Amino acid sequence: MKIARRFLIGIPFLWLLVLFLIPFGIVFKISLSDYAISIPPYTPQLDGMSWDSFRTFFGQIDFENYVFLTTDHLYWKAYLSSLQIATLSMIFTLLVGFPIAYGMANAPDHWRATLMMLIILPFWTSFLIRVYAWQGILSTEGVLNQFLLWTGIISEPLKMLNTNFAVYIGIVYTYLPFMILPIYATLEKLDASLLEAAEDLGCSRAKAFWLVTVPLSKSGVIAGCFLVFIPALGEFVIPSLLGGSRTLMIGKVLFEEFFNNRDWPVASTVAVILLLILIIPIVLFQRNQEKQQEAEK
Amino acid sequence: MRRLTWFNAVSLTIGFAFLYVPMLILIIYSFNESRLVTVWAGFSTKWYGELFQNEAFLDAAWVTLKVAVISSTIATILGTMAAQVLVRGGRFKGRTLFSGMIYAPLVMPEVITGLSLMLLFISLGLDRGTFTIVLAHATFSMCYVSVVVSSRLVSFDKSLEEAALDLGCTPFDAFKSVTLPIIAPAVISGWLLAFTLSLDDLVIASFTSGPSATTLPMKIWSSVRMGVSPQINALSTILISMVTIGVIAASITTKRRVIQAKRDEQMAEAQ
Repeated sequence: MKIARRFLIGIPFLWLLVLFLIPFGIVFKISLSDYAISIPPYTPQLDGMSWDSFRTFFGQIDFENYVFLTTDHLYWKAYLSSLQIATLSMIFTLLVGFPIAYGMANAPDHWRATLMMLIILPFWTSFLIRVYAWQGILSTEGVLNQFLLWTGIISEPLKMLNTNFAVYIGIVYTYLPFMILPIYATLEKLDASLLEAAEDLGCSRAKAFWLVTVPLSKSGVIAGCFLVFIPALGEFVIPSLLGGSRTLMIGKVLFEEFFNNRDWPVASTVAVILLLILIIPIVLFQRNQEKQQEAEK
Repeated sequence: MRRLTWFNAVSLTIGFAFLYVPMLILIIYSFNESRLVTVWAGFSTKWYGELFQNEAFLDAAWVTLKVAVISSTIATILGTMAAQVLVRGGRFKGRTLFSGMIYAPLVMPEVITGLSLMLLFISLGLDRGTFTIVLAHATFSMCYVSVVVSSRLVSFDKSLEEAALDLGCTPFDAFKSVTLPIIAPAVISGWLLAFTLSLDDLVIASFTSGPSATTLPMKIWSSVRMGVSPQINALSTILISMVTIGVIAASITTKRRVIQAKRDEQMAEAQ
């Protein structure tokens, strides 16, 4: 019994320890090293487990990369513009997603399973392909420009691909299900009699929506916002495919430092700082989840 | 009380158009004779032909499938174990750390997970290839599996398992013959989720693979960066239709099962 229990806890625990937690330790260690032209391209290396090698190792590590990152404008700008892009696209996704979730929650009962499936279906198809689809739509000769020219709304093709606008569209499009599903879940549970009561008490429909529906859907909105904001912050694929050379996002910077410049220490430092920035929303999110669970009990 | 107002109808129509029109355009242009998106040069299936001649794509598809099957199976076993620990484990040393490690990968940006795993594999001196991608995918998917399975475990009556234990089952037997059949739908959907996550992943695979293994998303990535390529349109159409057929088939089976369960219930009540 005891052994079986240890076995059950031990295996997944060890797996995560070795393949999830320890790797972060390594990232942190390398962020304290210096770039070097060698294999692997950083120094110092910890050679051997003797006291001497530890001492020389600890003598050589420093926070130089962190200082470098704070003094270089590129990284500041990249972090700030990632935060801005993630925040704005979170707001846009909310604006697009809320009406859809609301419409789904108020649709006739027998429709809802189908609507739900239609929301999840794109989520099961390749993320990369969904982003790529927008390349053909947003390019200067693309479908959208052709359509706008044909209707006469514009007389010259607009430059949409390789701009931040395209990045916003890409994020809203691919993360929409993450916003819709939690909002739908809270709206679906909402007791319709509350709205009737509000209307009986003299609220207009719009006012009842604002005073009853919106506050009661708060937990779903918050969950949806976090589910969009957090992955959007470290996004790499969307800015690389749809954003221009001036679109700065920290995920892209990290990828380029690592693969193009082969500067592993700086890439690791970028990752550690991104992680620190992320810990704040993650802790907030977890608190919100706990509150919600307590409220449900 | 639920009725479709014009506002709801409009928002649903616009919303679903936004979700589906881009994919529809992709599918339409996969049958375009011309290489350009600008011109419609007539119906053609030549891009499909070229795709099936392209051995690099076929090889990558095979690697992807292999990785996805193996990693999602490992992830399902580990994730189900982890869910048992989370829901039934009681108190033990390191519980907070354990649940933290289960939930953290769900919100971790892929670039960080990928980078940290690659640095681990390098420090361990592992040759990067199919094996390391499998390890990486199993790790992040097991967390999704454990979330899905534990939500099912929470709602299931523990006394059934205890009864089995009282009747002389070993814990493993009780799990196999009582718990597993009841949580099976969650385990299966966990496996499917892990499978699609693995099929879809580009960033983590790019970090953890070596020159010997290229997955389909990596292959798509390198051709897409060169600009619009009709072969990718053809490939996307195939992938989209496979998923659509799969999802529709799955939803029909569950619908049937629900109807069957309802009928059984009515029969039982009638008796």
